[in-house]
Formats: sequence, C-alpha cells, structure tokens
Amino acid sequence: MSGPSGTDGMSGTGEPSADHPDVILCPGGPMLLRGDHVVQDEDGNEHRTWRPVSAVCRCGASAVKPWCDGTHKVLRKRGN
Amino acid sequence: MLTPESRGSLSEVVFRAMRTGETSGLAEAPPSDTAEDAQLTLWALYEQHYRGFEDVSGELEWDPQLIGVRRGLEQEFERTLRARMPEVPEPDGFAEKFFDFVADHDGPSLAAHVHRKATEEQVRELLRHRTIYHLKEADHTTWVIPRLSDRVKAAVMELQFDEYGGGDPNLLHAHLFVRGLEDSGLDSEYGAYINEAPLEVLEENNAMSLFGLNRRLRAASLGFLAAFEATSSGPSRRMAQGLKRLGFPESMIEYYTEHVEADAVHEQLAVRTICGALLEEEPDMHDDVYFGAWTSLDLEDRYAERMLKQWAA
Ligand code: FES
Repeated sequence: MSGPSGTDGMSGTGEPSADHPDVILCPGGPMLLRGDHVVQDEDGNEHRTWRPVSAVCRCGASAVKPWCDGTHKVLRKRGN
Repeated sequence: MLTPESRGSLSEVVFRAMRTGETSGLAEAPPSDTAEDAQLTLWALYEQHYRGFEDVSGELEWDPQLIGVRRGLEQEFERTLRARMPEVPEPDGFAEKFFDFVADHDGPSLAAHVHRKATEEQVRELLRHRTIYHLKEADHTTWVIPRLSDRVKAAVMELQFDEYGGGDPNLLHAHLFVRGLEDSGLDSEYGAYINEAPLEVLEENNAMSLFGLNRRLRAASLGFLAAFEATSSGPSRRMAQGLKRLGFPESMIEYYTEHVEADAVHEQLAVRTICGALLEEEPDMHDDVYFGAWTSLDLEDRYAERMLKQWAA
C-alpha cells in the first residue's frame, strides 16, 4: 500500500512527489513567495501579499516595488 | 452572442448549417475564399466549445459534420503555423534560453504606440479587438489541465487561480476588462465586436483554441502561455501610461496595471514551474513548447504590423 503523499515519495497516481518550496529564487529575476506574507520594503512600509504566488523584486529596478514588474529582463538584456 | 456575419463562401455555408441544424451537406462544403473566411469559420466552430451562440443548438457541439470541417481547417492552420517557425534553441538550460528567445524577439510594439502617440479612436479600436480574447482570458489554458501530470497540472492551476481572481469573480481578469469596457462606453457583451475582428485577431484566438483543444499539442499550449506572459508586464505598463495620457477611466487603466504585477509572477511560473517541469518529464516536447511560444510572438507581431500600418504610425 502506498502511504499518503510525502511518506513514500509517491503521490496517489504513482507519480513521484514533487518539490514545492515556499520560496523560489529565480536566477537573474525575482524571489517568488508562495502563500500569505507581509513584506517590509526598504523604507519600512509593509505590503501584504494577496496572490497565490507573489514576485518580490531582487534587482532593485522595479517601478512597483517591493513587487517585480519584469524590469530585470531589460537589465539582463543590456548585459548588466 | 449570435453567429457572426459570414466573410465568404465557406463561412456562409457553415454558419447556415449551424443555425438550421442541417449539417449533412457539409461534406461538400465549398473551400474557403480567403484566409479570413477560413479563420472566421474555424473561430465559430471553436466558439461552440466556449460560450456558444444563441442561434445555434447546443446539440451541435459535437456534430460529426461540423467537427469534420473543423479538423480540415485546423490541420491546414497548424501546417501554416509550423511553416512559419524559425530554428529553436538547444534544450539545455531551458528557462534562461527561453527568456533569451523571447527577449531577442524584436517585434513592432502596439503598446509603445499607445504609450506615446495613439489617438483615442485608435485605442478604442484596439480595445474592441482585444475583447475577442480578453473576455475569455485564460480559458484556452484551462482546456489543457486534465491532460497533464500531477506536477504540471498543479503548477498550471497555481497560475490559473490568479487569472480567475483567486475565486473572487470581481478580481477575475476577464471581469476586470468588462468593467474597464463599460466605464469606457464600450460594449462588454461577449463576442460583441466579432464582426470587426481582423484576420490577425482571429488567427491569434484560433491558435490558442487549436493548442488548448488538442491533447497532442499541450506543450505548444503551455509554450504559448509562457511567451504570452513573458511579453506582458512591460507592454501592460506602457498601455496603462497611454490610457492615462488619453484620459481613459481608472478601471481600464487598472486592468493593465494589474497585468504588470500579475504577469511578472506568471512569466516565472509559466517558464519555470510549468514548461520547465513539463520538459523534465517529457523532454521530447521541447520543440512544441517553442512552436507555441513562437506562434504567440509571431501572431501578435502580425496584428501589430497590420494596425500600425493602418494607422500609418
Ligand atoms: S526582479 Fe523583476 S523587476 Fe526587479
């Protein structure tokens, strides 16, 4: 018998269980946060997440900080 | 929504058969007169699987004759799309290569035009065209969900849940667009502007349905999604700035500002947790992911080229 998901590394359909981290650091891009968090920005203001997954800017160039707005891709393209 | 006005011999014959339910003669349907005739016919046949038409019986959704016409049109369409495809990057380091592929693609930008130069009338025309997709935003991806492994399925749901407002109809993206349309004095009824949708809009819409409704094309559907999301944040910001410049209502501006933030999340999910995971499980789907991605980029280019030429911008 296979146990509940996670106990034997298999899910109910016989597929191996997948990694599902709370935080994902995207190379050259944002930090993804799963679930509810309060993010304090550089000025000390607090921002509550409200999406299933939120992207926090790590490049410093977003116009909607603390969230990512994709601007990191422009920096990357310029080779910074 | 009623069946659209026909745009040639094929759409005329097929729409009449749909309205009357007399589909038996469709085996001898005439060929399409133009690409527009073919694409409008295909669009209406796909639409039976979304919200349907008030003047067509729901019984016809799986009518073998209509499905037969659809098959012929979609095979031809898929051949056309595949013939347009460039070479794709090597499969190693998928996420970074994919983002580069999208970033290196330099197409004409409608958002840049709206940002600085477009007139109010031009933007209103653009918004009317965008209703064809935005009023069923994200639905084409939902078709793919039952065709995926547990891991990829859950990843797609994580993204789709946000598209559908996290379960709150007021936050559902298509509904945000409805509010923007209404406040802008435009018709928010589903399909209201189909008769003025140009070929390129029909092609874009049909490609999404083609990939979504054919299980074998699931990787193309997810690749389309990834490229679509990865080209959304920046252009959405410029759209919002242009709408502000022209004095459009706050709700329409908000539709686009919401996409700046949402799609910065979605592009990471679509490329990494969705397409990346799919390719770890099914590496032979690599080229189809790019087929979908290229189709998304190329069809938007074609639409932008047409409109910028028409507006002589
Ligand atoms: S990480 Fe995306 S804009 Fe900074």
